[in-house]
Amino acid sequence: MSASWLLITILGLSALGFFLGKNRALSSVGGNPRDLHSLPNYYGFNVAMLAFVPAVLLLAVWVVVQPLVINASVSKHIPDAMYSDKGSLNLVMSDVRRVAEGLDLLIDRGKMTRQAVQDLDVTTTDIRAELAAAGVALGRDVSGDILSAAQAMRAKTAIGNWILTAGVLATALAGFFTAMRATSGAFRARNRVEKGMLLLLIGAASIAILTTLGIVLSLIFNTIKFFDLYQARDFFFGTTWSPSFGGGSDLGILPLLWGTFYISLIALAVAVPIGLFAAVYLSEYAGSKLRATAKPLLELLAGIPTIVYGMFALLTVGPMLVGVFGEQGVGWMKGGTAVMTAGLVMGVMLIPFVSSLSDDIINAVPQSMRDGSYGLGATKSETVRQVILPAALPGIVGAILLAASRAIGETMIVVLGAGAAARLSLNPFEAMTTVTAKIVSQLTGDADFASPEALVAFALGMTLFVITLGLNIVALMIVRKYREQYE
Amino acid sequence: MSDTPVKSSLLTLDARTRKRNAAEKRFQIYGITAIATGLVFLVLLLSAIVMNGVGAFQQTFVTLQVELLEAKLDKTGNRDPADLKKVSTFGYNPLLDAALVATLEEQGLENPFAKAKELRKLLSTGAAAQLRNFVLENPDRIGDTVEFRLLASSRVDGYFKDRVTRESLARDKNLSPIHLDLVDVLRDAGVIAKRFNLSFIIGADASESRPEQAGIGVAMLGSFFMMLVVLAFSLPIGVAASIYLEEFARQSRFTDLIEVNISNLAAVPSIVFGILGLAVFIQFAHLPQSAPLVGGLVLTLMTLPTIIISTRASLKSVPPSIREAALGVGASKMQTVFHHVLPLAMPGILTGTIIGLAQALGETAPLLLIGMVGYIASNYPGGIVEGFMSPNSAMPAQIYEWAKRADPAYYERAWGGIIILLVFLMTMNIIAILLRRRFERRW
Repeated sequence: MSASWLLITILGLSALGFFLGKNRALSSVGGNPRDLHSLPNYYGFNVAMLAFVPAVLLLAVWVVVQPLVINASVSKHIPDAMYSDKGSLNLVMSDVRRVAEGLDLLIDRGKMTRQAVQDLDVTTTDIRAELAAAGVALGRDVSGDILSAAQAMRAKTAIGNWILTAGVLATALAGFFTAMRATSGAFRARNRVEKGMLLLLIGAASIAILTTLGIVLSLIFNTIKFFDLYQARDFFFGTTWSPSFGGGSDLGILPLLWGTFYISLIALAVAVPIGLFAAVYLSEYAGSKLRATAKPLLELLAGIPTIVYGMFALLTVGPMLVGVFGEQGVGWMKGGTAVMTAGLVMGVMLIPFVSSLSDDIINAVPQSMRDGSYGLGATKSETVRQVILPAALPGIVGAILLAASRAIGETMIVVLGAGAAARLSLNPFEAMTTVTAKIVSQLTGDADFASPEALVAFALGMTLFVITLGLNIVALMIVRKYREQYE
Repeated sequence: MSDTPVKSSLLTLDARTRKRNAAEKRFQIYGITAIATGLVFLVLLLSAIVMNGVGAFQQTFVTLQVELLEAKLDKTGNRDPADLKKVSTFGYNPLLDAALVATLEEQGLENPFAKAKELRKLLSTGAAAQLRNFVLENPDRIGDTVEFRLLASSRVDGYFKDRVTRESLARDKNLSPIHLDLVDVLRDAGVIAKRFNLSFIIGADASESRPEQAGIGVAMLGSFFMMLVVLAFSLPIGVAASIYLEEFARQSRFTDLIEVNISNLAAVPSIVFGILGLAVFIQFAHLPQSAPLVGGLVLTLMTLPTIIISTRASLKSVPPSIREAALGVGASKMQTVFHHVLPLAMPGILTGTIIGLAQALGETAPLLLIGMVGYIASNYPGGIVEGFMSPNSAMPAQIYEWAKRADPAYYERAWGGIIILLVFLMTMNIIAILLRRRFERRW
């Protein structure tokens, strides 16, 4: 039985369990629900829950684990001569998997009988042609070793599926009958069901942990793979970035980091003064009317998707800057994509981020401090500069760090606006590239995932993750510490 | 009488006060300038979008009387669909050429080119396919003269939209200035005209050389299926997680760990989620590449922190008296939460969910990594399962794809796509605001 049919069967069983459990509880007290410990529905839910949850858990675990186990045992069938390292073993295994799937497809479509497939021989039949006719394209001819590995895989999968079906059905039935036997008037069904629900809630909350774990694991494993193929020292301290998918590429991260920081710096140079002054004006000077219109309008900038900013950089800001600083103007700029273009647009994107965070922080400064300053005869701007901003400074620094982490992780603007050339240069009108842009370009090509040129993206992602995480943690610590001072 | 002592007065300002007041004025001006700059950027951005994008909603069409010659299309004369299908789109080209020459003659013009097929450059290369589809659907019309509204080629369209000029065509293989002279005459005769372009909104993407045919409809469906996935996963999981954290969890290492994780996930760059999706869903779980299901799962993980944060805020805003009253009449903790607290918090939860969905709808970077670009979304999904599982694009990914193509005619499409995307986002946000206004309760 396939996994989806198993799931439907279990669902049916637990639906049946709901009604039977409810009826059994009611009949055990002679049909008077007042003599039950819990409401009748809880008895039903209890049966349904015990029939459903353990069986589905088993099913889920099995579906994930079975291919891994079978892969591991089948790969022993493949002679060492067929592959040189782990990467090419993966390629061979994917061929085996495709052959196995293709053979199953042939049986499903009735093109071959089960027996005929088992008797297949590479010397007498052209399996590649047969499979191509069924719509499974293979990269090379099927050798005897691959065929026997594929046959072994099919056999093991078939056995595994049988055990799965039997095991899941047995678990479901066992749960069903245990719950039915326990069902009686005195049984505390509600407590049991609520405990189950609580576990469900905890499970949902743990998904956040699982996601982080998934991110970290997928980055770490592939990064380790990358460092097996490429020197870590050359990656972290290399000053040239020139990947070539033919091999022999230089994958130094420094030019990318430089591009990232340069663009982020320009973005912050735009966003921080504008955002900060806007926040100060809106919270200290503006009347309620101006505040009510200007604040949401500025925040509109935050709701616009980054792809739109990317287009804006590529097609509006880039040509505009070329008009001023390009050949016709000052002559500093060669093309529309440059550090300046991406930095400016990213700065615009960050304005609302800086302004609304600083706004919150400035508003959190207690009114008594302002009143004290006014009482000493300070003007409003003196109060802002000498009392409010120093008091809010840690929070504002936190906000700027958060904005910096945004800027470093931003992808679409730099992919479209910053150019593709990795270089270490001080000229902001030159095209440079960033960590995020290179992650995209290394993973969207046709490279196979075993080459260092593709795996480097994971190492870049790891670097990016560590940097942004560090910035965020520092920023949150600063903000939290500051908040406690006035509470 | 000399040397009157300098006496400061409250009525006249001394130099120092004047300086301080000037500084005050300057400070205010800085503030206003900052806000004005922000707003100017907003206006610039929006006007760039509208000015560049509205063109995509109009397209140039050529109205032609085409004679569907039986001799060309159905030599046997038996209208057998199998035979009709044998005539490829190339077989329809002579009909188009003849119709174009005839139209020119009506205007008193002669074909200025040596070959008739030069004229065909006025039309989209998809025009022949349009004729063929019509004939295959209506075999009985063979032999008649039928009026068709055919897409003009993208260069002609560009001429109507001032993107293409005679100078820019000087070195263009796809159209010559002589064509434009014909276009001028035909425009005055009303044969060529700009019309509303519905197929941009509901149509499929086209290959690189046919920008006039490209539409965003298929990508829109891809986005729709992705949003269904996001909604189906992130709402229940987000609500369950928030209920646990807000109503049941006691302060412990485990809860702290969850809280730290949620706040950090909210700040992880979106591209990292793309890497996660690639490694876990595609490399490890072998889910199909470019499928809306995978995109939806990745976006779910991205949206969860947003939904959890807003759900917790709205659970918090339900006053404790409600909980105490329910517990007082004998409800269990679980019943209190699900029967009383959750329904009261629902409007806030829905608002947060819609805003989270809007965020997910505009997200591009993770979609690039799971393969939703570099792929021409030219087919509508055949059914619901295919909608989730078969490769598709999504609106932001489609916009990116168009922005990357070489032909500037695609830039207009990309801006047009942005308008459509922003309309969706605006609608979602307005719904969220209305929901909040309508159901918000102050306790």
